Amino acid sequence: MEFVLSQPQGMDDRKRNQGRSGTAGDRAEPGRAEPGWADGLRQLYNSVVHEPLPDSFDDLLKKLDRAKNERD
Amino acid sequence: MSVTEGSVAHDDEVFKRDLLTVLPHLRAFARGLCGRPDFADDLVQETAIKAWTARERFTPGTNMRAWTFAILRNHFLSELRRNRHQADYDPDSAERLLVMEADQEAPLHLSDMEVALMKLSPERREALLLVGAGGFTYEEAAKISDCAVGTMKSRVARARDQLARLLDPERDTITVEHEKA
Repeated sequence: MEFVLSQPQGMDDRKRNQGRSGTAGDRAEPGRAEPGWADGLRQLYNSVVHEPLPDSFDDLLKKLDRAKNERD
Repeated sequence: MSVTEGSVAHDDEVFKRDLLTVLPHLRAFARGLCGRPDFADDLVQETAIKAWTARERFTPGTNMRAWTFAILRNHFLSELRRNRHQADYDPDSAERLLVMEADQEAPLHLSDMEVALMKLSPERREALLLVGAGGFTYEEAAKISDCAVGTMKSRVARARDQLARLLDPERDTITVEHEKA
């Protein structure tokens, strides 16, 4: 399972900054502090990622098999 | 069973396992896109079935999450157009609908972040979800959204600015660090 979280801000131009992450001089803000909302956005996303799948997903595997058989 | 059949069966099992693994991410993306948990979960399940029936088009070893996100995204847009979940609205009103729902205090209990997110245009919201939350590169996100990389970069930048203003109107003035001194 991959849990690729967001890049910190300031890595926008990966090519230009390749291998020099975090160097001063681009649009980095003082201290490179991320605004609170950026973290909030990831939290919002991750909170859903970490939710257990609801019961409505129990049948999904069966549905997949059915879809497979219908196609075959 | 022939060797070929056995290997197809094996591939199917690997595909299914990987597909199930990305479901939580699909739920998070869908929830962010449409803001409605019930609709989001419908989208995810339908996406999973679409992905499964199209599995021969998936290149093993490539990014399952990106591949399924693109399916979900296209499905979401066509559902909006088909207007399944709302009586009678055209594509242009989809955005208004989302904004309207976010502005209403009930029935959903939305965090400030969710409310602000729903105020973004669908393109910007999607861009921010993919890059800012989902951790995709601009290149991957552009592919998912079927747009140019430059377009994706500008959507993300604008979405970030707008969200920052919505959530933290005084952000630009916060440079003082010695208030207590």
